[in-house]
Amino acid sequence: MTRHEKLSRREFVISAATATGGLLVGLTVPGYAAEFADQTWAADSADPREVNAWVAIEPDETVILRCPMAEMGQGTGSGLPMLLAEELECDWSKVKVEFSSVNRNIREHNIYGDQLTAGSRGIRTSWPYVQQAGASARARLIQAAAMKWNVPAKDCSAVQGKVVHKASGRSLSFGALVADAAKVKLAAEPAIKTPDQFKFAGTRQPRLDSPAKSDGSAKFGIDTREKGQLFASIMSCPVFGGKLVSVDDSAVKNRRGISHVVKLDDAVAVVADNYWRANEALKLLKPVWDGGAAAHTDSAQFNKAYRDALDGPLVTARNDGDARSVIAKSQHVVTAEYETPLLAHATMEPCNATVHLTKDRLDIWMGSQSALSNAEMAAEETGLKPEQIYFHQMYLGGGFGRRTFGDELRHAIRVAKAGNIDVPLQLLWSREQDMRADRYRPQSAIRLKGALSPDGKLEALYIQSVCGSIAMSTGRKVPDGIDGTALEGIGPSVPYNKVPNWYTGQMLKNTHVPVAYWRAVGGSQNCFYLESFIDELAHAAGRDPLEFRRSLTDRVDSVAVLNKLEQISGWGKPMPAGRGRGLSLVENHGAVGGQVAEVTIQANGAVKVDRIYAATDAYHVVNPNLVDAQIEGGAIFAMAAMMYGEITVKNGAVVQGNFNDYRMLRLPDAPDVVTALALTGGKDKDGKPKWGGVGECSVAPTAAAIANAIFAASGKRIRSLPLKNIRLTELASL
Amino acid sequence: MITLKVNGETHSLDIEKEMPLLWAIRTEIGLTGTKYGCGIAQCGACTVLVDGKAVRSCSLPVANAEGKEITTIEGLSHNGTLNKVQQAWIAEDVPQCGYCQSGQVMAATALLNRTPNPDESDIDAAMAGNICRCGTYVRIRRAIKRAAGKA
Ligand code: FES
Ligand code: FES
Repeated sequence: MTRHEKLSRREFVISAATATGGLLVGLTVPGYAAEFADQTWAADSADPREVNAWVAIEPDETVILRCPMAEMGQGTGSGLPMLLAEELECDWSKVKVEFSSVNRNIREHNIYGDQLTAGSRGIRTSWPYVQQAGASARARLIQAAAMKWNVPAKDCSAVQGKVVHKASGRSLSFGALVADAAKVKLAAEPAIKTPDQFKFAGTRQPRLDSPAKSDGSAKFGIDTREKGQLFASIMSCPVFGGKLVSVDDSAVKNRRGISHVVKLDDAVAVVADNYWRANEALKLLKPVWDGGAAAHTDSAQFNKAYRDALDGPLVTARNDGDARSVIAKSQHVVTAEYETPLLAHATMEPCNATVHLTKDRLDIWMGSQSALSNAEMAAEETGLKPEQIYFHQMYLGGGFGRRTFGDELRHAIRVAKAGNIDVPLQLLWSREQDMRADRYRPQSAIRLKGALSPDGKLEALYIQSVCGSIAMSTGRKVPDGIDGTALEGIGPSVPYNKVPNWYTGQMLKNTHVPVAYWRAVGGSQNCFYLESFIDELAHAAGRDPLEFRRSLTDRVDSVAVLNKLEQISGWGKPMPAGRGRGLSLVENHGAVGGQVAEVTIQANGAVKVDRIYAATDAYHVVNPNLVDAQIEGGAIFAMAAMMYGEITVKNGAVVQGNFNDYRMLRLPDAPDVVTALALTGGKDKDGKPKWGGVGECSVAPTAAAIANAIFAASGKRIRSLPLKNIRLTELASL
Repeated sequence: MITLKVNGETHSLDIEKEMPLLWAIRTEIGLTGTKYGCGIAQCGACTVLVDGKAVRSCSLPVANAEGKEITTIEGLSHNGTLNKVQQAWIAEDVPQCGYCQSGQVMAATALLNRTPNPDESDIDAAMAGNICRCGTYVRIRRAIKRAAGKA
């Protein structure tokens, strides 16, 4: 699709929308046409159009902005360019965005940062250098114009893609200044704006990739088509850590299109000229595996082991006051045990990587949350130097934490190497491989105790947790037996600051099943636990759950979120029998979020979630439109896991393989999600503007809000997930 | 030889008659807007129109698609103008990762072709076969109503 076609397409949308009532407030910028480049990745070398590595201006005044983070749906691909444009003072309608070059980042000493798109940090950790890049480019353009006019730079300013000298009325377009600007040496880099100075960032804008993602032209890793490309399908040993013993390939060698059967230590792959041919042949192979001792394990054993381990010994992870003795002396102690299973990421686009390995160069086409570290891994795998790796970043069909490790890339490289394949090779995990070779959300079990005073105050919390460790599973050290990811939501990162006695003890416990970051990470299970339990305590104390939470915190952000939720959800209004409203409040990945779920319990005990209200304090945001989208989607993502999500293990292998047995939430079951921001702005402890992330804070509150609503409607307490395993009609009321 | 008519163009392909239409479209014809998500008619990412009806191309052998009018996401625009579903998708900023959206747009297009004025249950029934992992359902529903002129 040419730029011209896209432009007219966008203009058409605007006029059409206006004709039907003109509700597109954000789209009413005339000639609005900022977009992603058709080829998403930037060139690997500096070019003469550049002011600096982040900003290039075409002769026709098209402004190319480079985005260091991946775009996996979270919207940073639109948000970071908005921040750059805010500083640059360019004409947003002329902006085109590319992903910054990984190769250049390697050769030019991390000019684009770590290129790690995870932990809701797309904006929250990259704003300083992204803003600086824009400000520095602007200052150079201004300086270049000032030198041309022989006037002081301080008398010139940048406005909508031009430098203007107000006194004389002169102006020059950025395009006319770019060559000179690139040579400017500044005594000092300019200061960046503070959020209160923003004019553009913070406004509701359309996402740049909506057109390409609505007409099929957006290119994901799986869409790579290079000349002479071959396709591979692979199957890993079903038991993690197991080995391939042998495979008889005689049945498939002569099938049409098959070029290679490749044996790896722990996997077997078939290469063909069409993915379907490769995958059909793979299904015919009968590999012999050695799963070792792990082949005798199953979920029932794991579940018992996690529960049994609750009796200790645990490592103390948080200890305020003296929770143990307060509980021992209390007249009113509430105790509950909860547990949650392993979960798969199941990104909509199954993992894949396309590689072209030659003697002195490796090209990679894929969508990755961690392109830079993947490229470095590829260098190790191939023996090439990091600067010989050319990583072409594409759109990611979902990430959720899965696409950081490069497991699929490692497979592609190993197959190319072992098969001596020197043409482009696309290795695609079938859905079944993707489900069974994942690194899962850790399994965990927890025991919570709370002491209530006679007048219903929470005096102490005593938390015993047994949880899988992501750090250990990914080969990192856990000094003192503490892994921060396992503590999120029950240790330090909680929205409450007025619980006088708080103990959290934890045991890290892994099996042979690899575990990793799954959207909201520790909060995905711990916020369900704590927020369900806070609800139990509120009911035990005979207090309103919202008012009870208010008594536990006077943090500005938590209070703002609770107030906003109360207001938008109509909290406290009576509901008819069989319906209920539940609340939760969390801190996750640097933001505070709260949700209220409204549910209806049907006669057969089935739960229908009617609506979710979500209030979020991310302090400052770049694009409220995309923040809303993240929160809507996050709640639905979390609800899918709450209702259906469960990976089980049998004979050491994952049982589930596809969407028939790892179910997803579908449109008819999806609740309406009503979002609201409760931004309190402010500064962090270093005096810098505070920024939160919303990709995960939107996920963490949902399960508890729904479970608490179920309790409100039915008097039944959900203490294990997923809901599909629980027959509400058979569960005792509390 | 298999003859497929895709987006008005005829393609003669030397392929197996049991090859699913999805892989003929993506690999042999080279139109990559239609996506693979599950391969077993569970997710809808591969949805195309066959004689105007939404069909899971991962589960339709090419032999059964011969002689029919096949439309993929790339074939929805006319003279560079997107169809009204696509326009509504952009106006509501439906896509997140975007991977499911070709299939969603195709399913919604088939719905509106058949039922120009769908009610909630028509939307539920037509879209139940399309999974969105990013959870864009709220906006999908809104965009369908907009495309139907109900926004
Ligand atoms: S790929 Fe065809 S329905 Fe999922
Ligand atoms: S937009 Fe990501 S799966 Fe639907």
